[in-house]
Amino acid sequence: MSTTKKTLAIASAVAAALTAAATTQAAAQAKEKCYGVSEAGQNDCAAGPGTTCAGTSTVDYQGNAWTLVDAGTCTEIDVPDMADGSARSGSLEPLDRDLPA
Amino acid sequence: MTRQQDFTRAVLDARLPVPEGLVDGSNQPAGRRFSVYRNNVAVSLTEALHKGFPVIARLLGQENMDGIAGLFLRAHPPRSPLMMHYGAEFPAFLRDLAQLSHLGYLPDVAQLELALRRSYHAADTSLIDPQMLDTRAPEALMASRFRFAPAVALLQSPWPIHSIWRYNSVDGAPKPDARAEDVLITRPDYDPVPHLLPPGGATWIAALMAGETLAQATETASRMQPDFDLSAPLALLIEGAALIDLSQ
Amino acid sequence: MFDTPDRSALPARPGVGYKPQHYQAIMADAGCVQWLEIHAENYMGDGGRPLAQLRHLAERFAISVHGVGLSIGGAEALDPDHLARLKHLVGWLNPASFSEHLAWSTHDSHFYNDLLPLPYTNATLTRVCDHIDQVQQVLARPMLLENPSSYLAFAESTWDEPAFLQEIARRTGCGLLLDVNNVFVSATNLGYRPQAYIDAYPLDLVGEIHLGGHDEDEDEHGAPLLIDSHGAEVVDPVWALLDYTLARSGARPTLVEWDTDVPDWPVLEAEAARAAAALARISPEAPAQLSAQLSAQGQARTE
Repeated sequence: MSTTKKTLAIASAVAAALTAAATTQAAAQAKEKCYGVSEAGQNDCAAGPGTTCAGTSTVDYQGNAWTLVDAGTCTEIDVPDMADGSARSGSLEPLDRDLPA
Repeated sequence: MTRQQDFTRAVLDARLPVPEGLVDGSNQPAGRRFSVYRNNVAVSLTEALHKGFPVIARLLGQENMDGIAGLFLRAHPPRSPLMMHYGAEFPAFLRDLAQLSHLGYLPDVAQLELALRRSYHAADTSLIDPQMLDTRAPEALMASRFRFAPAVALLQSPWPIHSIWRYNSVDGAPKPDARAEDVLITRPDYDPVPHLLPPGGATWIAALMAGETLAQATETASRMQPDFDLSAPLALLIEGAALIDLSQ
Repeated sequence: MFDTPDRSALPARPGVGYKPQHYQAIMADAGCVQWLEIHAENYMGDGGRPLAQLRHLAERFAISVHGVGLSIGGAEALDPDHLARLKHLVGWLNPASFSEHLAWSTHDSHFYNDLLPLPYTNATLTRVCDHIDQVQQVLARPMLLENPSSYLAFAESTWDEPAFLQEIARRTGCGLLLDVNNVFVSATNLGYRPQAYIDAYPLDLVGEIHLGGHDEDEDEHGAPLLIDSHGAEVVDPVWALLDYTLARSGARPTLVEWDTDVPDWPVLEAEAARAAAALARISPEAPAQLSAQLSAQGQARTE
């Protein structure tokens, strides 16, 4: 593509973006999208619950004594599977990031 | 060892004896009363991690999250009195925990949650009028560079971090597919929103963030993704009030 | 006398600890609530909704800035970065009051997110006074210092708490924030009469009163151990202790704190209404004046 053609292609893509943005903006602003972020990281001066929980456990805080129990939504997600269909269940390697989407 | 040093060590490690010289109202050793402080510290920091990383907490379940929080808070007590910043080391901590090595996506999902929280507290800025893009001559537009709002963040991951985040945050969102995902966080008003970027979009935005001109960044993105079209990622930037300056 | 809102000083009326989830309700109708208290650290970010909300609230209400992270009783120097952030917040907001705790929370650059206890010794006295001097110098205003909730005591303490607080105020010129729930919690936990504490306390130095809910637990000997959880209604004995205090101090700005399991606004407002009723019960003969020291500070602040 020539420089002029590229320039025109980009300019028209910019124009398309402006049109797209203008139409979705009003709808987007009406939505409350908080996802709990506002709840995170608040300081306060309240005391915790009594004498008999998290603080008094004598587990090995080095980490190697802690055991993962089978729970949470991670048990429902099978993303270690390769996009090409070959199962990699339990594999430790991340996917190649140039995989076709 | 000073009194406060002694106190903090015993607070974080319940295997250590209660510091000497702590008494109840009858001048007897304080004993379990010291556990109030042990609990205050451990429970408040555990709750801070639950609230700061709600998707990680859902992925792992309450019991696992409590256990990991107990390990993390002792390895990394806050370095600042601002709890809004607590947990910056959490993604790396998850990555290094052998018990979690089969859940390779956790560190990147934690990074996404951290980025959302940072965006929430980022400085306010006034955005550019999008019409500046429209009125600029094509050649001038090509040579333009963008400045980004502090609330904007870009994450590139080999994991489907956006889909995993959605599956755990939005009712009825589909299960994640195995694929690499890039995320743009924008904060159009006060609520940060994570957007899934199309292929090439993250390369393009990263190039713009690094100071490349519109023409250079588009060239960079096209090299990686031959059919790259900037209109979708640019629309996200405009809608998200992500651009605060346009210069030559 | 409070018909015209004066946001430069806390009115001797009910206030509440501000929680973001109550923003809409407060802006629509704050009921009997006349002023709000915020935790300083939650407004030390760079921007976004917390600061935007605070700006709007400050247009309508007197604001008290209540620090929870300065570690005034810390063995080490105060964190200069934190002090600078506090100076910035107090500078732009110009709140009616700034207060902190007789406690420590930072050691060796780590923040423990709790108000940790201090031995009441001459060494602690010197250190706390030095830190308060520094804070008041940086902020160019007097501060209020709050009595802690105690779960244990230090064998080496040589001062009782009211005398210790009075001496700090005498040396630094700071005022005091009297948390009557903390008095009740500490008195129960350490086995003294809360009224005796109030009798010994320099009430003329009190610029603000706190109330809050607590949890009940017990130690290994079966003795009651109250926990300052701020997660429930204020109990009747604490309301009674408020009456006992107000009858001796006169009207003071009186705040309800609720930090965990935060209820909907009407529940919190109802607690503030109980504080309003307690303030309304004060007999006209009650000593209404602050000490000359606090009055002078109030004037210096508004000038």
